[in-house]
Parts: sequence; C-alpha cells; structure tokens
Amino acid sequence: MIARLLAGAALAALAVGSAQAQQGKISGDVVKIGVLNDRSGLYADLGGEGSAVAVRMAVEEVGGKILGKPIEVVSADHQNKPDIGSNLSREWIDRDGVDVIVDVPNSGVALAVQEVTREKKTIFLMQGPATSRLTGDACSPTGFHWAYDTRALAVGTGQAIVKEGGKSWFFLTADYAFGHQLETDTAAQVKKAGGTVVGAVRAPLNTADFSSFLLQAQSSGAQVIGLANAGGDTITSIKQASEFGLTQSGQQKLAGLLIFLSDVHALGLQVAQDLVLTTGFYWDMDDEKRAWSEKYKAKTGKMPTMVQAGSYSSVKHYLKAIEAAGTDDGPTVAAKMKEMPVNDMFAKNGKILPNGRMVHDMYLARVKKPSESKGPWDYYEIIRTIPGDEAFATMAESGCKLPG
Amino acid sequence: MATEIQAVRRDTAAPARPAMPGLLALAVLLLVLVAAPYVLYPVFVMKVLCFALFACAFNLLIGFAGLLSFGHAAFFGGAAYITAHTVKVWGLPPELGILLGTAFSATLGLAFGALAIRRQGIYFAMITLALSQMVFFMALQLKFTGGEDGIQAVPRGHLFGLIDLSQPMAMYYTVLAVFLFGFVVIWRTVHSPFGQVLKAIRENEPRAISLGYRTDHYKLMAFVLSAALAGLAGGTKAIVFQLATLTDVQWQMSGAVVLMTLLGGIGTLFGPVVGAALVVTLENYLAASNLPVPVVIGVIFVACVLLFRRGIVGEIAARLGGKRP
Repeated sequence: MIARLLAGAALAALAVGSAQAQQGKISGDVVKIGVLNDRSGLYADLGGEGSAVAVRMAVEEVGGKILGKPIEVVSADHQNKPDIGSNLSREWIDRDGVDVIVDVPNSGVALAVQEVTREKKTIFLMQGPATSRLTGDACSPTGFHWAYDTRALAVGTGQAIVKEGGKSWFFLTADYAFGHQLETDTAAQVKKAGGTVVGAVRAPLNTADFSSFLLQAQSSGAQVIGLANAGGDTITSIKQASEFGLTQSGQQKLAGLLIFLSDVHALGLQVAQDLVLTTGFYWDMDDEKRAWSEKYKAKTGKMPTMVQAGSYSSVKHYLKAIEAAGTDDGPTVAAKMKEMPVNDMFAKNGKILPNGRMVHDMYLARVKKPSESKGPWDYYEIIRTIPGDEAFATMAESGCKLPG
Repeated sequence: MATEIQAVRRDTAAPARPAMPGLLALAVLLLVLVAAPYVLYPVFVMKVLCFALFACAFNLLIGFAGLLSFGHAAFFGGAAYITAHTVKVWGLPPELGILLGTAFSATLGLAFGALAIRRQGIYFAMITLALSQMVFFMALQLKFTGGEDGIQAVPRGHLFGLIDLSQPMAMYYTVLAVFLFGFVVIWRTVHSPFGQVLKAIRENEPRAISLGYRTDHYKLMAFVLSAALAGLAGGTKAIVFQLATLTDVQWQMSGAVVLMTLLGGIGTLFGPVVGAALVVTLENYLAASNLPVPVVIGVIFVACVLLFRRGIVGEIAARLGGKRP
C-alpha cells in the first residue's frame, strides 16, 4: 500500500516536473512584445511611435528570433486613460499572448498596468512613467522601472545644482499631488546638500499666465527657480520666463524637474537656453550612444529621448535574459534579469534592485545657448554625472515590500 | 448646439407605450449581451456596459427632459472614487461600495440640480460644467483620491460575500445585471406618467406650467435620477477596472457621453447603448492602429451631425416608418 502510494507520488512528481519542463520553452511559440503608450496626445513625442521603433531596433539586433522562435512587436495607444490601458494590457496578455509590456507613460496608467501585470505574472518594462511609487509601495516582482523616476530627478536636479553653486532656491509648483511631491523631494535634497529654500509659489494646474508667479520668483532673489510642474505647465512657464528675461539676465537659473529632449526641441534653444535639467540619456555623449542614435534618427528623423533609448535597452536586456533562462516564463525571466548586469549603449554596469529599479548613472545637463549649438539636436552640455547609487533609492529606502 | 437639440426634439415625439418592435429589440439586446462574453473579451464588454448605462442615464436627461448637462463626469467619476475608496480603504463589500457611490452621486445631483435648473439652455449647461469642474479640482487636490495616480488596486471582492468577482464571468454577469436594472429603471421612467410630464416639459415648458405642473420639481427629480444612474455606472466601472482616476471626472468625460448619446440617437432608448458601444469599440480597436483615435472619433461626430442628426438608432427607426423603439 505504502509502496503504491510512494509510486503514485513519484509519478505525480514526474508529471509536475515534465509540466515545468514544458513551461521551460517559449509560450505560444512566439515572444510577443507590446509597446503601450500615448501615440496621439501630449506624451506622443517623448515616447509614442519612437519607443516602438527603438524596440524593433533591439529585436532586429538579435535577428528577430530568440531560442529559435520569432519575436513579434505590437503597439497600441492608451490615450492616457487608465481604463483603456488596463483593458488593452489584459486583452493582450489573455487573448494575444503578449509576454512583455513596454513604456506606458502617465503614472496613472502605469499603476493600473502594474496591477494587471502583477496578477498575470507578466514582465512590465516601464520607461515613460515618472512616479517612484512604481518601485515603492506599488512595486511588483515582474515590474521594472528603467529610464528615470521622480526620486532621481529630485536628487539630480536638487543636489547637483547646489553642488554646482546654486545655493538658494525658489519653487514654482503645480498645485496638486505630483507638484507637491516633486517640490518636497527636491527641497529635501537641496537642504541635504547645504542649500536653502527661500520660498515657493503654487500655481493651479494648466495655468495660462504665469506672470505674477514669475515676478514673485524673480523678486525672491533666489539663484535657482525650480519648476516643479510637468507637461504644458512646464512649457508655458519656461516660455514666459524667457519673455520676462529671467535667465538672460544671468542672475537666475531655471531648473526643470521633468523635461525631455523632445520638449527642448519643441521650445527651441532661444527660449530654453541655460535651463538645467536631469536626464538618463543624451545621444551625444560617447561613440556607442552616437552610433545608435544616428541609426534611430535615420528611421524617425529625430534624436531619441531617454524614454525611447530606455525602451531599446530594456528590451535588449529582456531578450538576453530569455536566452539565458531558456524560457519566456515571466517570473523566471524577471529573476534572470535581476541577476545580470545591464551593459549596452544606454547604461554601463547598470544593476536591477529586487524592487525592479534599474540603477544607472543619471546626468545633469544644461541647455546650450543658440550660439554654442553646432547644429540640429546639439542641445545639451553635460555638466555632471550623478552615480546611480546616489540618484536612485536603495531597496530599504524605496518602501517596497518584496523580499529582497 | 441649442438649435440641433431643437431639431432633434421635433423628431422625437415619443409614443406613449413600449411598442412591439421595442420589446423585440430588447429581447435581441438581452440575447446578444448574454452571449457576448463567449465571443468578445469580457472586460471589454463590461466596459461597454458601464458606458452604455452612463449614456442611458445622460439620455434620460437630454432625450426625455430636454436638459443638456455638461457635468455628468462629476457623477460618474465621483461615484467611482467613492466606491473605490470605500471598498479599498474601508473594506466594504463591492455591492455596498457601489451603493454608496450611487448615493453620493444622487446627493451631488440634488445639489447640482437645485442650482442648475433655475436656468435654461446654454446657461444650464455652463452651470453644470462649472460645478463638475469644481468636483474635478477637488478630486485633484484631496488626499484620498491620490491626485493623478488615482485609487489603484481596488479589490473586486465577493458579491454578497458569496460570488467571487475576480472570476471574469461572475463579474460580467454582475455588471450585466446592474446594467439591466438601470436600463429597466429608465424604461419604466420614460413610459410612466412622470416620463410623460418630462416630455411635456421638453416640448413646451410654459404650457406644462400652465397645465398646473410644478416643472422645477419634475426637472430636479429627473436630474437626480440621471445623476444616480450615472453614479451606478461609475461605481460599477471602478469595481470592474479596479481603479478610479481623474479620467472619469474630467470634462472630456462629460463630452464623451454627449458624443455617445448623439451618435446613437438622442431620445431613443437603445441609441445610447449603440453609441457607447461604438465609441468604446473605436477607442479599443483603433488603439492598435496607426490612426489617431481622437481624430477618427471627431470625424465620425462631424459626419453624424451633418448627415444623420437623429443618430444611428434614431435614423434607423425613422426609416422604418417613423416609429422608434
């Protein structure tokens, strides 16, 4: 009787074993990469089709095949609506067999997709969203946050500018949770580095006229005016600051806390000159980055933002991890990705924390004056490299509850 | 806008009783909806149902009482926030959460309505828009709504402590039940004496007053009913998608529901359902194409206003001999 039971148990174990061995292949005989982002709205320029192009470039580099199976790239427009993002990603995973979701700008949508991918144990490579909650209280075992986050922006812009001599700060803050958080985080970094905050003014979301706020900032006498806002508000405030001659006077510096290369391109150097910002990637830094970016530009006519370059890098790393793990099973690949260092044109010796944060160097950049720029897309002067360990929160600081 | 509504109104003098074609259409709709999750992706159909109920609630106001509200996002999104918060933070069961969301919207509707019905036409629309923008800014600023992150990871929980809503089919039939409940309420309202008075007010308010009706009371009741049903839809959506975000309270949502109702057919019972299905389908299936979704929807809207003002269902009904379902 006991022998028979044992035999049964052994058989069951064998069955489980073979089931696992079957999982150790590529699900659906194809690796499907879904690029989900804003393709028609305000984030279309910083991610959009460009992110899909970057992902396809990563796929082409491995020959369009992995472990003998084809790789397919699909893309969709979440229109900045969390319900559409959540619905599309569910449908992709359940019906179309999508194995990994890439990009997803807009923190609200990203948090929604994070919940879906957590439930479905699908890999999620975030580039566009800013909030550090994605590797904090909302972290997921299969979620990876790649290009940047709010904490890195606060550290980069806050600490680094103080070290460069910008001691006194005044904040122009968008009056809602995101702006408040960015202001608080940055102010903490400024004080930590020995600077002072002389004041702050709160402007409502989507303000059309910043003149009274800018005048307050100007009369505060602060060396640095921190723009704790995003999107249209950032663009408007930079334009109007330029009209007020805030930066041209040489007395005050504008520090943008969330600005992409595409924003600078849209503003033009005349308006954006001398703006200081933090970025995770700039095309004109070394030969490898230049070569890749030129290739990208040949396809899209634009230089890549950090979101687009990050999409390439993360997919490249993901494919390497599949190769090493011999499967596209979500949790297995996620574990493998965290084991391997990230080494490509985007990051050198990048490492991934247990909460999914990819730690890599960030850069403090100053936007060139029109007279300094040698040609199109020659926009940034890199003034400081911020080591990854300084820029990003450690596992303990992040507040993520995953075992690490 | 006002003249269009006038034009549509004249076409939509409603019959008093649900006619045979109406019942037939209802039966077909029911059959389609019961079978839908086996053919289409359930979450997608649930989304269609939530928006369909929302559009029906809106249509009750514009189609049958002639009041164009531009602030229905406040009821839809407000209820979503209340439901999401009560279920996630207070740990209430989903049915109670949805109920509280609905009650919140009804209360909000009472406050909005009491103010707004004092004015007519464009002023009415502007007052509702302004009030709903206040709700939007509160949603943006208040702590519990989570700003632009919204409330995420809302548990679906167990309906009546028994049915596990994390199962897609259980969730689907729950949403279907909620939708049918809302739809029947609207059906009954429209075909009741109360509904007749509403239509009388829509056609000629001074005449209704001269007949002795206190039209403000009727209009306010219609407004509250519409707000409550919009809230029911919003609360249900929060449970389906397990989130509540700013998208639902933004003024664009108020615009979207006008669009759905216009496309489907103002003043028809099935029009909003068709309109909602069309818009949600476009949003979902065009997402993967290279066409910019807002542009396509905009073009369809323009075509609708220029070519078939009665909307899809309204036009079909008119072609079938002037009778509408």
